[in-house]
Parts: sequence; C-alpha cells; structure tokens
Amino acid sequence: MADYNMHILVCGGTGCKASQSELIKSNFKTRLNEFGLSDEIQVIMTGCFGFCEKGPIVKILPDNTFYTQVTPEDVFEIVEEHVIKGRKVERLLYKDPESKEHIVDTKGMDFYKKQIRIALRNCGFINPENIEEYIGRDGYAALGTCLSEITPDEVIRMIKDSGLRGRGGGGFPTGLKWELTRKSVSDQKYVVCNADEGDPGAFMDRSILEGDPHSVLEAMAICGYCIGADKGLVYIRAEYPLAIERLKIAINQAREYGLLGNDILGTGFSFDVEIRYGAGAFVCGEETALIHSMEGKRGEPTVKPPFPAEKGYNGKPTNVNNVETFANIPVIINKGAEWFASIGTANSKGTKVFALAGKINNVGLIEVPMGITLREIIYDIGGGIKDGREFKAVQTGGPSGGCLTKSFLDTPIDYDNLVAAGSMMGSGGMIVLDDSDCMVAIAKFYLEFTLDESCGKCTPCRIGNKRLYEILEKITEGNGKVEDLNRLRMLSSVIKDTSLCGLGQTSPNPVLSTLDHFYDEYLSHVTSHKCIAGQCKALMHYSIDVDKCTGCTLCFRNCPVGAISGEKRASHYIDQSLCIKCGVCFAKCKFDAVLIA
Amino acid sequence: MNKIKSLADLKKLQTEVQSKIKLREMGDHSETLIQIKVSMATCGIASGAKETMSHFIEELDHQGIDVIVTQTGCMGYCYAEPTIELTIPGQQPVVYGFVNKAKAQEIIEKHVKLNEMVDGIIPVNYSSIDN
Repeated sequence: MADYNMHILVCGGTGCKASQSELIKSNFKTRLNEFGLSDEIQVIMTGCFGFCEKGPIVKILPDNTFYTQVTPEDVFEIVEEHVIKGRKVERLLYKDPESKEHIVDTKGMDFYKKQIRIALRNCGFINPENIEEYIGRDGYAALGTCLSEITPDEVIRMIKDSGLRGRGGGGFPTGLKWELTRKSVSDQKYVVCNADEGDPGAFMDRSILEGDPHSVLEAMAICGYCIGADKGLVYIRAEYPLAIERLKIAINQAREYGLLGNDILGTGFSFDVEIRYGAGAFVCGEETALIHSMEGKRGEPTVKPPFPAEKGYNGKPTNVNNVETFANIPVIINKGAEWFASIGTANSKGTKVFALAGKINNVGLIEVPMGITLREIIYDIGGGIKDGREFKAVQTGGPSGGCLTKSFLDTPIDYDNLVAAGSMMGSGGMIVLDDSDCMVAIAKFYLEFTLDESCGKCTPCRIGNKRLYEILEKITEGNGKVEDLNRLRMLSSVIKDTSLCGLGQTSPNPVLSTLDHFYDEYLSHVTSHKCIAGQCKALMHYSIDVDKCTGCTLCFRNCPVGAISGEKRASHYIDQSLCIKCGVCFAKCKFDAVLIA
Repeated sequence: MNKIKSLADLKKLQTEVQSKIKLREMGDHSETLIQIKVSMATCGIASGAKETMSHFIEELDHQGIDVIVTQTGCMGYCYAEPTIELTIPGQQPVVYGFVNKAKAQEIIEKHVKLNEMVDGIIPVNYSSIDN
C-alpha cells in the first residue's frame, strides 16, 4: 500500500528528546514491525509541539489523539490497545485540570484553543528532516512565486503592507529593513539569520529551527532575491546541537532539490546558505556584535550608523533578521499581506511566539495573536499559577525587559503597550512569578546574567552593572539602607544613557521596573530587614518554639554548623550568631516547632 | 533526486507529496469530515476487515474524497463482520454489517458521496453512556 493509514508523531524537540523520545520512536518501530504493521503505520519524529510541560508527546492521526508524558514502556500498551484494538489509552490522555476529564483531541485542550500558529505552523506536524513534507505544506511555493511572478520591489511592498516587525525584540519594521538594504549599492550583499537566542528561558528560535528549518531557509532566499544577495549566513550558537544538525540536513536537502544553489527553479537566481557558529555570548545577538563575531573578530558592538544595511558583514550591505521573523515570511507571501495584517493590533500585526516558564502550570511554547491579554495567556493557555498560589508578576523581554504586575493583566500585548508598561517584547520569554518570588532577588538574578554577558567595552556597563549588583546583594543580605534605593535609580539612568549597545542600555531595566512596581518590597528589605516573599535567606530568622519542642534532638543532630543546643527531652535553642539559615532544622522538625520570621 | 527545474515542477512535486501528509491535515479539522471506523477485532480481521479497510482507503484516495478512515475495536456484531461505522458530521452514526469490497464500494458511491443510506444497516440496539 502506497500510503500509510495511521501516522504516529513523536515529539523530537530538545525537551522531549531529553525524556527519551528517541527510544519511544524506536520502540514504536520495533513493536509495529513485530505485528507486521510497518507498511501501514508511519512513525515520524517531528519538531516541538509546544506542550513541553507534559512531554514527551505522542500524537496519533487521523483520530487526533494526544498522549502526554509517554515513557518508552508505554509504547507497548499504545500499540496493543490503540493501534491494534482501536481503544485509546485513557491514562496517557491529557486531563483537563478543572473538569478532571480526559481530553482526547488537541482541539479540546485550552492550551491550543487560543493559539494561532503561523511561525510554528509546521512544528509538531512535519518531519523536519524530510524536505518533501515541507513541500507538501506549500513549502518553497512562496519562493517559487516570488522568483517567477513578483518583482523584488513588489515583494518588499507586500512585507511592508503586512506590518511584520522584527521578532527578535526591537520590533523594527521588516519590510523597511529589506528596502534599506536593497537600496544600498554594492557588488556583494548578505542575508543573515540571527539564531543567537540568548534570553534566559526563551527557546522559540531553537524550536523553529528544530521543527521547521526549511521555512527559515526559504525566507532567507526570498530576502536574498529582494535585496540582491546571493549568500545567506545563519549565525547560531553552538549549544544548539540539534537545531544545527537539522539545519545542516535541511540545507543539504534544499541543495539536492535545487531550491538552494545556482539558477534556482530555472529563474537565473542563485542563493546559498552557510552556517556560522557562535559561542553563546548574549551580546552577539546585537547585530553589529553578531557581524563582528562572524568575521572572526571579538563579539563587540560598534556605533550605528553605519547600519548593517549599509556596511555589515565584511563591510558589505547586510540584512539581519531573527529566526521567527523569517518563519513568518513564506506565509505572508502565500496568504497575502492583507490576511496577515488582519491579525493583531493597530501597530503590531500577526502573532508572537512566547516561551512560558516559571511558576505556571503549562510550561511550553505558544503562538498567540498580538493583542491577546496577559490574563488569557496565563490563565487560559498557561493553566494558571502552579500549586494554586497567587500571581505576582510576569517578567518579559528577558534581562533587557521588565516585569508586568497584576494591573497589566488585561492590557493587550503588543510592542507598544509593553514598552508603555515599562517592559518590552524582547524575544518572547515570559517568566511567571508568584508570591514566593522576591522581586529584589529577581532583579539581582537578571543583573547577574548581564554582568556575566557584558562584553566589557563600555565602562558604565562593565563597572556600573557590577556596582548595581553589589548594592542589590547588600539589600538581599539585609545590609541595605534607604539611600541605596536612590543610588540604584541614579546609577541605572547613567548606565542606560552612556552605554553603546542595547545590552548596556537595557541592563538596568529589571532593576528600574521592579523598583517602580515593587518599591514597598525594596523598602521592607532596607528598613525592617524583611523579605515578604521569604526568599532572601539572610533576612530570615529561625527560632524554636519552646512549647512545641519535644527535645527529640533531630534538629540538633542535623544542624551542619552546630548552632543548635539543648538537652534530650528539653526545649532546644538556636544560637543566632552561628546560624547560617540553611533551613535544615525547619525541614527536619516533625512537630512544627521551628519558626521562620 | 533530480533538481526541481521550474515553479511548475515544484507544484507537481507538491501535489505528489501532499497525499503523504494529507492524513495529518485531515486530523486537524476532523470535526468537519466524514469518519469511517472499521471494526478490527479478531473476528473482524478474520472476516476480512483489513481488506475492507484497505479498499476504503485506496478508493477514497483514488477518488480524491477526504474521509477519515480509522480502525476500532469489536462493536459486538461478530455475526455480521466486517462491520463499519460511518459518521457524517452532525448526523447520527450508522453501522453497516457484512461490508466486503463490493459493499464498501456501494457505501462510498451512495452514502459518502450522496448521503443516501444503502441496505445492510444494523439498527442501533444499545444506548451509550457518553451521550
């Protein structure tokens, strides 16, 4: 039989692969083979489904069954029950957290209901290592149409009309960028794909490259056609081995099929793509630093202008776009600018991929229309806060962004609203915080990251951030003073004003934004030396309730520094000068006699 | 693989490979499609349910009709195997017994294409707990 009558899709994203999805796939193959069903049922490894919280994911089609948290051992039951007898394996189906009912079909899952998948259209649907599956999904049709039927100016017009803005964070209009690079006169131009995804917690670019690498290659070729470049470079960090491997396979297949290389589709247009590896420096996501890194120089930013559109890689005009931006291009060409512009808000069109992380039930990758509210993302798609705790804030835009508090839950999310709210879109990481997260510690965490990642070129960024960090450290250790809060603000504004590139200009943002929204929390750290969230260990005070203590000596025996003393069957006592606030006594006590203040 | 030489060639290849992933696309909008479930328990398979199922798949594919064909367990009508259940969106499911190749063909021509029921329907003689 030529066609398979059942498809089993196994998630091959990095997350699910780490949970043995490779073995799940091979178990399926062996088992189906044993039953003589290999010719009837196809097993495919796809890209990320986005529902990483419940991985590894297995989806069975055509009946659209969605199995979660599948183990390699479960495969036998799925084959014998579902495949052979047609009975779904109930215990592996997704359970609705509210109604507690098993949901068979992805369409019934709240996680997918509000999503519109454009950039992720093929992730979790096609085999990323097979170009024919991409072609079957209108793949390379946009490139073919552009090359044969539309002039570069018209294509740029379309991209401009669609309203697509850069998805890497800045939100610069993509069509305009292409036009500027097209206007630069040169014998050689370059198309660069920025796959140097560095925000902590963001993994959309990696997932697109892992799940649908051809969409990026196709868009790069379209860009090359528009700006007059015959060479494309993907700058990707070496710590994304799976994305690199799939990208390599994709490039080779595209060359084999004549969709990259010389004289593509007989139109005389030539374009080829090469990979350049980055060492994972955050600053190399900044386009000038990225270009320097590709040239083999230090990954340090330089002053703009000249913009890369005029003088970029090797001094030639270069168009740099982010992975997700590129992934939108083929769809815009195929479905039209008007269709794309009909999704989203006035100044932010289309969709945005967000990586949900932190204290949220459904951790994963989602693609939602611009203009959706934070409430819909967190409560409808994300399934609410973990362990029923209270929502405190969402950190967006990574180390360059800020946090959005409860009062922004109903603000439609787009580029401009996020900036107005004191944060930014960034590449789309969303870290959800609950009432047990200390905002001072969060600001410190991000600053620690920028401190590490600062390239050291500008003094304000190199030294200023270090000083900021030290002040925050002082505050979390209980040695802060009220003046320190003003000092934080002053130093932050100096760093913002005097740094050269985006990294330095935005590095104090998490500090400023938490100061704005959670001033009380800072204040209680410095005045009453209390951490409301109970996260700053140094501010905690452990003591033993004399009435509850039975003198079992469990805390005494477990204390690593010998700070606890007391006789058997008599109340114990903690010597505060010795206590290191490790919390072991609290964890060990069986009578709730250890108190934390 | 020979290189694709023109947009027309690309489109030709696209139509060829589309059938390979069509099944997945159908799953995406399954609620709007006709569904045929073939009873594939031991009794069904012994009576030729596999051939029936293959015939449905091949013939529907050949005629270019989008129908979701899946297998299911024993429906209990072991005397009438192979049995199939056909559901047109928005209508009650209909169960047919003794579905051999010829019957399958008739069902495709009449019921699937024209929404006209044909002989061989097993009347509903049970109620199901989920509706």
